[in-house]
Amino acid sequence: MHLIDTFRDPDLARRLIAEIHNLAHRPLAFMEFCGGHTHAIMQHGIRQLMPENVRLLSGPGCPVCVTSQRDIDYAIALSQLPDVVIATFGDMVRVPGTSFTLQEAAAAGSHVRILYSPLDAVRYAQEHPEKQVIFLGVGFETTAPGVAASILQARALALSNYTIFSMHKYTPPGMHAILNAGEVRLHGIIGPGHVSAIIGLDGWQFLPEQYAMPVVVAGFEPVDILLALRNLVELAISGQARALNAYNRSVVPQGNPAALKIMNQVFETTDADWRGFGFIPQSGMGIRPEFQEYDAAVRFALPDVPSREPPGCRCGDVLRGVIEPPACPLYGKACTPQRPKGPCMVSDEGACSAYYLYQTPVE
Amino acid sequence: MCLAVPAKILTIDNLQAEVEFGGIHRTISIQLLPQAQVGDYVLVHTGFAISIIDPAEAEITIELLRQMGDLDPIPQAEMQPLRPPSLRSD
Repeated sequence: MHLIDTFRDPDLARRLIAEIHNLAHRPLAFMEFCGGHTHAIMQHGIRQLMPENVRLLSGPGCPVCVTSQRDIDYAIALSQLPDVVIATFGDMVRVPGTSFTLQEAAAAGSHVRILYSPLDAVRYAQEHPEKQVIFLGVGFETTAPGVAASILQARALALSNYTIFSMHKYTPPGMHAILNAGEVRLHGIIGPGHVSAIIGLDGWQFLPEQYAMPVVVAGFEPVDILLALRNLVELAISGQARALNAYNRSVVPQGNPAALKIMNQVFETTDADWRGFGFIPQSGMGIRPEFQEYDAAVRFALPDVPSREPPGCRCGDVLRGVIEPPACPLYGKACTPQRPKGPCMVSDEGACSAYYLYQTPVE
Repeated sequence: MCLAVPAKILTIDNLQAEVEFGGIHRTISIQLLPQAQVGDYVLVHTGFAISIIDPAEAEITIELLRQMGDLDPIPQAEMQPLRPPSLRSD
């Protein structure tokens, strides 16, 4: 499809790389918030194509990765309740809980179904009235509206056996947390393309306004990412703190009002625990009281689980951009995509997984 | 999790659309994008259309890039050599 192919054009990519080399005459560091960008950057070798003085750091934009160990353990504990079916996106089943994974729980008798869409989970609940279907709500603003829509559909169908365990999070508070912590010195942010399809470019205006931090929203093809980097270099070098959109074909300033409306109808802001960060105020999406019959945390008593992050795992430091994955002592040795110790090596958006898959060590 | 795939809308019935992703047909919801029309390209995430892909905006971006100076392809000597991960873990 031309809409994709032209954004993979090697000639355009070379021109942008040349511009970045010409413009970047002092050291600059940019963070790609989104784990999808991290994977695209690694897959296309973009880090290696940057000038020596341009560093790219991975951020916290991997929903499975930032899910707290306690929430992972709750999800696994819910799977062990009688007559419960856990419905989830695939990444979640392989994340190690304190004792074992959801996949291992399934091997021991828990009923876990991997689904593509929350609407598939509603359909499953409709077809299995004898089961309690709990959908694991993991994701940012891109994903939460669809999960909210599934609750509206369950209500329309008068289902009494469908609930959500909401671990949804808002992305801007994660960005605030990184910048307020001041652990990494940044000159600009690559804004997440598909979160921005929902919250709009307007959702990032706080970066230039409050932090004098440039942000450029990017798509996921190599030319999209290089264009965003070129614009970030120009903004940083010329001292302009602005929010720009380099993904105009899919992102508009105000985002998607219909999706925001449904998301806000079902979810309200709560404090949320993020791996690597701890509690971030007003960063979580809790289910509103008027929809509490669809809230798994209300319907089922969450057991008190003794949670402990995997010993030695530095996923939290990776998520804050403080280290790159190879600096973790487990990386590539005790922890690989085949036998992951922490979520950053499990998820298709995790930085450890991206490094391992695409950055083959040079022996 | 935020992966979204472009697809073309073939038919719409109520808030359900049949779409094509590179030859594969699937039914998705346009509840989050009720303004979508038959023939539109949309981004699809977890079974929902979340945004219309505007081909005119794509053309504008590409045209601006093509006009971005008559730059020669970057000389090989200016490219950074590939470095092992251990040197990039600072």
